[in-house]
Amino acid sequence: MSVVLIFLAAIAAIMIWWLSGQRLTSKPWLETGSVQLPDHHGTERPPVPAVKIGLFVFLGVVGAVFSLAVSAYFMRMASGDWWGMPIPRLLWVNTAALALSSAALQWAKREAGQGRMESLRPALVAGLALAVFFLAGQIQAWRELTAAGYVLADNPANSFFYMLTGLHGLHILGGLAVLTHTTVRAFSTDVAPDRLRLSVDLSAIYSHFMLAVWLLLFALFAGWANDFVDLCRTLLN
Amino acid sequence: MVEIPSGSIPSAEVEDVELYHPHSWWTKYVFSQDAKIIAVQYSITAISIGLVALVLSWLMRIQLAFPGALSFIDADHYYQFITMHGMIMVIYLLTALFLGGFGNYLIPLMVGARDMVFPYANMLSYWIYLLAVLILAAGFFAPGGPTGAGWTLYPPQSVLSGTPGGKDWGILLMLSSLIVFIIGFTMGGLNYVVTVLQGRARGMTLMRMPLTVWGIFTATVMALLAFPALFVACVMMLFDRVLGTSFFMPAIVEMGTQLQHGGGSPILFQHLFWFFGHPEVYIVALPAFGIVSDLISTHARKNIFGYRMMVWAIVIIGALSFVVWAHHMYVSGMNPAFGFFFATTTLIIAVPTAIKVYNWVLTLWRGDIHLTLPMLFALAFIVTFVNGGLTGLFLGNVVVDVPLSDTMFVVAHFHMVMGVAPILVIFGAIYHWYPKVTGRMLNEVLGQIHFWITFLGTYAIFFPMHYLGLLGVPRRYFEMGETAFVPPSAHTLNIFITVMALVVGAGQMVFLFNLVWSLFRGREAGGNPWRATTLEWQTPQTPPAHGNWGKDLPVVYRWAYDYSVPGAAEDFIPQNVPASDGITREVPA
Repeated sequence: MSVVLIFLAAIAAIMIWWLSGQRLTSKPWLETGSVQLPDHHGTERPPVPAVKIGLFVFLGVVGAVFSLAVSAYFMRMASGDWWGMPIPRLLWVNTAALALSSAALQWAKREAGQGRMESLRPALVAGLALAVFFLAGQIQAWRELTAAGYVLADNPANSFFYMLTGLHGLHILGGLAVLTHTTVRAFSTDVAPDRLRLSVDLSAIYSHFMLAVWLLLFALFAGWANDFVDLCRTLLN
Repeated sequence: MVEIPSGSIPSAEVEDVELYHPHSWWTKYVFSQDAKIIAVQYSITAISIGLVALVLSWLMRIQLAFPGALSFIDADHYYQFITMHGMIMVIYLLTALFLGGFGNYLIPLMVGARDMVFPYANMLSYWIYLLAVLILAAGFFAPGGPTGAGWTLYPPQSVLSGTPGGKDWGILLMLSSLIVFIIGFTMGGLNYVVTVLQGRARGMTLMRMPLTVWGIFTATVMALLAFPALFVACVMMLFDRVLGTSFFMPAIVEMGTQLQHGGGSPILFQHLFWFFGHPEVYIVALPAFGIVSDLISTHARKNIFGYRMMVWAIVIIGALSFVVWAHHMYVSGMNPAFGFFFATTTLIIAVPTAIKVYNWVLTLWRGDIHLTLPMLFALAFIVTFVNGGLTGLFLGNVVVDVPLSDTMFVVAHFHMVMGVAPILVIFGAIYHWYPKVTGRMLNEVLGQIHFWITFLGTYAIFFPMHYLGLLGVPRRYFEMGETAFVPPSAHTLNIFITVMALVVGAGQMVFLFNLVWSLFRGREAGGNPWRATTLEWQTPQTPPAHGNWGKDLPVVYRWAYDYSVPGAAEDFIPQNVPASDGITREVPA
């Protein structure tokens, strides 16, 4: 369970940082009659939209799901019947596609920020297409592995591979639904630029997060994560 | 902090949101996006399925006291009843009612928002919850019946043919229902958290929030982090059961046949389950702590003692509850060093919890205590929680837990601390907020009858159970049979407990009748019958209209506990009253 504890420690650090700005040591019973305004530190930054906060909270939940699954991966790995599974070369292509998709959305975010609709549209379409390519590639990778005899129930390593890639794929699919909606809106004529900018922004954040999750999972499947854990263990001893 | 004269304050820190306005009866009362309606929907669904669980407990108790009296209860049914009773009560009743019910109703009103920040997701959350409840209830009608694996669903037994529902629909429906519930809860949970973060009215700093909101907020954050563990465990177990993987399933011979599983780790499931399961205790307890603080303060006409300490304790309990999960696994076998670690963290949680209990008692000290129904339930909660909590300190120690773990002592402990105590708060809270929800008071006499039956009755049920546990009467047994170490007096006591369980269960009918009767015949409550300070009592209409606040959002000038302020004209000053000296103010009708 160490992975999830590390994840929780990170979450706890964020919360402590946030709570430390909330005047938890104030004495509210002495502060009657005044309206306390939040301290903007002089700069008038626009408030963060609720949807964005909502997305970050949701990413926390998704992070918890994956760190728990990875915790289970490590715990199950300790038993003797575990044989690592080969990494199909296709996964490298998929990884590149997902990274490019994320980059395209970052580009879209910049274009949306500057209100350039004509270059925003191709960026969104590129991001969308690359993410679809990633999903198709993942399914192809599954087919290759199954054809090569690495079926789901044979070995826990296989089971975890299919389950984790499946879970990740479902999250990508959910993101794609939202991204498709945003892209369609970007092509319509009567769209409020502010709302669109926010949607693109959120899509970019989500896709970066899912890319990071994928990179960690990929490292896990490729066995680098295990080397890293071994290294830590050696250092600790 | 900036001092501003009251006239010149714009009504909201954040832009006033555009509300969704329903256009038909269906979108107003059924597929409603109004948190208040959703709260009532959540509550009615949760209480309904809770009544099913209540009947199940009756059936179990009848079987224990009069074995064979009801011929349709065999061992399989008994385990199915145990499982469904536990799962329904913990997740589908308590979690849903505290967070989905009270959370939805109270968060927007108490922080001065018009509604939740994502009303559509909020609506979906309820309907997905309802779907989860229906899937769960479908287990009763499925071939083979619901699962009888125990509410902890430990593999491998939960998916084997020896367990009711293990090879039938039961376990599949249970796991699917939990997965659906978690998805639905996440949608609601995002709402509760983000509304507290972003939807607060101007002047409502975190340290001015009522403790109810603190409790629900912290519990929701915990639930968002803990439910994923149950989610992952359920998905993995579904894989094991349906697709033949071996995440949790060791090599096993069932009925003479070698199963295809091998090498899986049942302990892994236990870790995942209790990583959710222990925070779950506090997911239920923290909202109860918060609500009880507000009830005590309001009905003792005194500010809450140690508000800051109460807030810190809520946050610290929430954080600590994530590092104690393995104290549920002492008997599963573990490294003694781990046992020591988890026993220590478990005992440390008692410190912030005890601080809360002291603060409640000190709030009562020299307060102007009104023994209203909410107050009675709050007092009953304190006593019950202390009782249940103290036996928790026993069980937190490895050497005490190991012999007691499989006895009725544990049943008595967790029913006291996690069953009766939060339920008492739920009752108190319903008596307290029913006037706001419906505009009418609940009947006092019926309420008194309900309170005394419930309070004394639950003690009559669960106090003797500790004694049974110390005698060594095992839990989970369908019948004792010829068990030499169980003396005849234990059987007599079992009959007594069962009779009391039937009485307490029947007593709840008084409450249900009261809920319905008062809806039509109850005394008109007015806007603020308890003369309380928090914002939900200051709405222009009672019950609050769609959008809660009329034209302008409230502005908050003080904390939630200005009761009996010296020199003030009234013994309470609502949070939205500007000047620092209390002024008389018309209470909105």
